[in-house]
Parts: sequence; structure tokens; C-alpha cells
Amino acid sequence: MTDILNALVALSNFVLIPGAAYGAQLALGALGVTLIYGILRFSNFAHGDTMAFGTMATILVTWGLQSVGISFGFLPTALIALPVGIAITGLLLMGTDRTIYRFYRKQKAAPVVLVIVSMGVMFVYNGIVRFIIGVGDVNFADGARFVITAREFKEMTGLDEGLAIRSTTLITLVTAAIAVALLFWFLNRTRTGKSMRAFSDNEDLALLSGINPEKVVAVTWLIVAALATTAGVLYGLDKSFKAFTYFQLLLPIFAAAIVGGLGNPLGAIAGGFVIAFSEVLITYAWKKVLEYALPESLEPSSLVQLLSTDYKFAVSFAILIIVLLFKPTGLFKGQSV
Amino acid sequence: MKKLLLASAATALVAGAATAESHGETVKIGIILGFTGPLESITPDMAGGAEVAINEINETGQFMDGAMVEAVRADSTCIDAAAATAAAERLVTTDGVAGIMGADCSGVTGAILQNVARPNGVVMISPSATSPALSEAEDDGMFFRTAPSDARQGEIMSNVLMDRGISEVALTYTNNDYGKGLADSFQSAFEAAGGSVTISAAHEDGKADYSAEVASLASAGGEVLVVAGYTDQGGKGIIQSSLDSGAFDTFVLPDGMIGQQIVDDLGAGLEGSFGQLPGSDSEGATMFQEMATEAGINPTGIYTGESYDAAALMLLAMQKAGSTSASDYAGAIMEIANAPGEPILPGELGKALELIAAGEDIDYVGATAVEFIEPGESAGSFREIEIRDGAIETVGYR
Repeated sequence: MTDILNALVALSNFVLIPGAAYGAQLALGALGVTLIYGILRFSNFAHGDTMAFGTMATILVTWGLQSVGISFGFLPTALIALPVGIAITGLLLMGTDRTIYRFYRKQKAAPVVLVIVSMGVMFVYNGIVRFIIGVGDVNFADGARFVITAREFKEMTGLDEGLAIRSTTLITLVTAAIAVALLFWFLNRTRTGKSMRAFSDNEDLALLSGINPEKVVAVTWLIVAALATTAGVLYGLDKSFKAFTYFQLLLPIFAAAIVGGLGNPLGAIAGGFVIAFSEVLITYAWKKVLEYALPESLEPSSLVQLLSTDYKFAVSFAILIIVLLFKPTGLFKGQSV
Repeated sequence: MKKLLLASAATALVAGAATAESHGETVKIGIILGFTGPLESITPDMAGGAEVAINEINETGQFMDGAMVEAVRADSTCIDAAAATAAAERLVTTDGVAGIMGADCSGVTGAILQNVARPNGVVMISPSATSPALSEAEDDGMFFRTAPSDARQGEIMSNVLMDRGISEVALTYTNNDYGKGLADSFQSAFEAAGGSVTISAAHEDGKADYSAEVASLASAGGEVLVVAGYTDQGGKGIIQSSLDSGAFDTFVLPDGMIGQQIVDDLGAGLEGSFGQLPGSDSEGATMFQEMATEAGINPTGIYTGESYDAAALMLLAMQKAGSTSASDYAGAIMEIANAPGEPILPGELGKALELIAAGEDIDYVGATAVEFIEPGESAGSFREIEIRDGAIETVGYR
């Protein structure tokens, strides 16, 4: 019995909990990508660097708050700074839309042109972030680091394996849940949300029924700013902030959005968790869990690892290709790419 | 006209002979380093270090009954084996050097050793070639180096662990030549000593999230985690993630992982972790720094001390053998470098010459605490450290 418990605890500590937090962060990122794809009809490559910009803005506000002595008790100060960060990012995205994307929208540019434009925007954002905050590691998490540490857990339960729950992991899950709930309430219950969905389903019909396209676009960018900044700040709190890593997140985020079905918000969330758990499960060495779970005679002598952790990103790629080959609309019915 | 020429030539010869006589013989030492190429920023100081030793010897006037030493510089280019070979060939055949201090980079050092030093029977002492492959190269006893082989730190790390009674470790390394080389040499040394490495996994630098890597390491298990990485890169991320998930409590840190910054960043989590980095008991190093500053070269330059030691060892060995012929003095180098005998620090070369002349043993310590092991390379002094109360404390030297 203790062995089974130990196996479960080890699995939770190294697979389930980190996977869930990572999945929630990817899901928030994928939601932003999917919204832009649904309403503006292009793949926004600048999304990773939008996350980086939002996180940077939040970090700067956090530093400001810390310097005047404001903190949030055992919660990270960054959570107070988050709304300000979202507002700054919203302004940036609206400004980008006014100066760049609107020009191409008026010309009815093909989606692939907008994709390339977004890559240009990505490089500009990337440069801005590096210029302002630098390229190094920035650690801005404060407040209590752990809800329970591995050592405390071991002492409490008497098990051999420890279970560490970091406060940032819990905050990630709770904040992501709140953000998703708000988003769905907005899309399904409010007038603006409904007009956005109408615009996404059939643009011409929506325009005929008197929906103001510029308003829909503006609201979309604001929501995307909120989602991207929240995702970025949660990722930065949970791991660490480095300008370049958000660019690397682009691949798993797009994989998540496409696996779930581009343009489908529910799909983005499911896709986020599918990608996160695939990455973690396939590169996990199962030796320890199996040692606890199996009788002694069956214990493995090797690591029981399907893929070395070096190939973590290859997992996203593989899933992406499989989905595109066999179910291009994704798990939930989205638009085919 | 012909007669006049002959006469002046004869006069010149006589004059030359007279000069040579008044100063004794002149011994030439070749200094072949990459004065152009990728190492051109550090080689001037290295050559300067060797020349500090040569000048010190000359000032004593006691070298080989009053002989003077002259340094002849040549360019190894660091990367072009053909150019390096030609330069070395010129040193040996045209300048007639009695020994070569160099070369700097491992590749050209191997080329010069095989193409010039062995065929001509000239001793080479390299201050900076660290490739493990040079330990196995055929050298007819002509090749030495005052820099430790990269393979050495792996052995030292293995010894440190064994002495602490740790026999099972997990190992992660940064995915480049440094990390892989160190991880491989450590693993073979540790397994030869009876330890076991449960997993040897690479990590990429510059990621935000190392939880998947740590999950694999934790699953493989081990008493401690050896992190052959960089303090401001993935190595730190791995340790942070291990501490967070409770995967490991104690870490073994090689040279790339040791710095005050990581200790400050990780705080109590690193308490009790230990490691080693190249470094010697600072007495000789401090003395050399003063001498180098006086001579106008950068005293903290990498391999400057090793260059001083290489030149000094070569000259002291000649004194010991009473000959500048390689076959005579090559064998004396190991004797001089190691105990027993009177320890010799930088600035004490005069004393060393006197002792040797009096027939007494010396143990050359020099700027880098030289201790030679077979096959004629520096054992490498390593400083064993442990993190205690948020500070890097020296436990001892190995």
C-alpha cells in the first residue's frame, strides 16, 4: 500500500503537478492565438513576444510597487501589477493594430501576408523587450514560495517520496481557471462577446447585421493582451523570465491551438493540456514509479524513458504533424489550417 | 677588396667570440604561441610570463656557469598546423633553440610535437594545451605541459565524492564540448573507482523550465546530483528546479558552476553542496602576480603563470643536467617538478640554481603549484570547496 502511495506521490510531484501548471500556461497562450485566428483570420507569430512584453511591463510595475513598499502578503506582488501590465500591453497591441494590421486589413491582404507581417512585429517586440529589460534572467517572484515543501510532506506523511506544491503552481491554476471562466462568460453572455462570435462565424453576415468591425477587432486585441500578459506572467512566476524563452514557447502554443482546433476556445484549452502532458509523459523516466508500483521481480533496470528530455520540443512537432495529417480541424471542430 | 672583406669578417668573428666568452654561452629558448589567431589577445601576456622567468635567470648570472638565455618568439597561429610546423622548424633548424616553450592550442601542439620536436629531439613544454588526447600521444619523453588535462578534473571530482563516501550519483551536463568532456571523464573515473552513475543526461542552456530534465534525474535517483554546467545558465535552472521539487538536496559543482552569484541567488538551498575548481594555494600565485605587474604584464591573465613555470622548469632542468641537449635534460624535468627537495616559489630561481649547482634536490612549486604526473603533465591543483552559510569556503587543495 505504501508503495502504491509512494508511486502516486512521485508521479504527482514530477509529472502531474508540473504538467498541469505548464498546460494551464500553454492553454492561456493558445487561447490568445486561437482568438486572433478566429476573428482576425491569421496566425499571430508575435504572440510569444506579446507575452514577453506583457510580462516585462508587469515586472517593471512590480519593481515600482516593491520600491514603495507595497506587497501582497504571501501572494506575489506581480498579481497586483498584472492589471497595469495588461493595460500597457493592450495599448501596445491597439497601437500596432492601428499603425500596421489595419493597413493590411483595408487592403484585404491574404492571411499569409498578415502572418509575415506578424513575424515582423514579433522581431520588433522582441527588440523592444530586450532593449528595455535586457537578455538575462529576471526573477520577480516574491511572497511565499511553497504551499508545502517536499521535506514537510515527507515528515507529515512518513512516505519516502516528497510532494512539493509551489504557490506559483496553485496561483497559475487558479488564475487560469478564473481567466477562462471570465472569457467564456464574456463570449457567451455579453452583447460584445456574441458579436465577436458572429463575426468569427461569418464575417459578411455579421457586417450586414450592423456589427462594427473595428470595435470587434479592438475588443479582440484587448482580450488577447489580457490573456497573453496573464499567461506570460504566470509562466515567468512559475519558471523564470528571460526574453528569449517566450519566443521558444511559440511552438508548443501553436501546437496546442492547432491540436485543439484553431478558432475554438475550448479546443485551445484542451490542446494546451494535451501538449503539456505529452511533453512531460513521453520524456519522463518511469523507473522510480515502476519500482514502487511493480513487485520486486518485475522491477526495471533501465530508466524506462521513451525519449530523452533533449527531444521535448520534438514531441510538440510530432503531435502537430499527426494532427495536421489525420484531423486537420483539430480535436474539437475548428477551422482547418 | 677581397682581403678587406675577409679581414672584417675575421674581426667580426673574433669580436663575436669575445662577447660570447665574456658572457659564457648563449642558450636560446623558442616561445611558440598563437600571436595571431583566436588566442592573440592572451598570448602576449603568456610570452611575457615566460620572459619574466628568463630575465630572472639571466639576472642571477648563475645559469650554466654564466650562460645567457635568449627568447626567440614564433607564431603558432593556434589553428594552422602547417604554419605552426614551419615556424617550429625554423626555430629548431635556423635559430637552434635548445627547447620550446609552447605551443598554446592543443591541435598545433600535437602537430609540432609529431613533426618537429620528436624528429629533431627537442623538448616541448606547453603552458596551455589541455586536450586529454595529448596524454596518450607518442612523445619519446619530449613533451610536458604545465596545464592539467581536461580529463583531470573528472578524476578529482570522482576522488572528492569517494572521499565523502558517496557511491551513487546522477549526472547532468551542459550540451557542449566542455560539459560532455567533463561528464565523460568524470563518469569513467567514478565508475573505475567503484561508483555508479545512475543517469547521464544533457541539458540545453537558456531555457526557462527544467522540470522535465529534473524529473528524469530524480527518477534515476542518486545520493547527489553532479551538475557540469554554467552558473548563469542551465546549471542554475537545474538546481533551482531540483530544490523546488525536492529531487536532490546536495549538488556537486565543477569549475563552471562555482561563483558567488549562484550562491546568493539560491540561498540556503545550496548549503552543504561542494565541488572543485582549478586553483592553488595562493602563496606562489600572489608572488607571481607582483612580479608580473612589475614586468608590465597582466598578472591575472589566463595561463600566464603556467608560461612562467614552463620556461623556469625547462631552464632549471638544463642546469640540473648540466647540458642543453634535450636527451640529457628531458629526464630531469620530472625530478625538478616534484618532491623531494627544497620548494621553489616564483622569484626564487636564483636560489634554485644555487641549490642545483650544490647538488641538492629542489621541488619546483612556481606560480601554479606545479606537480607533474605521468606522462609529464601537471596534475593540476584543484581547490575543493563547500558552501557553508552562504559563502564559498575552501576545504582543501588536491
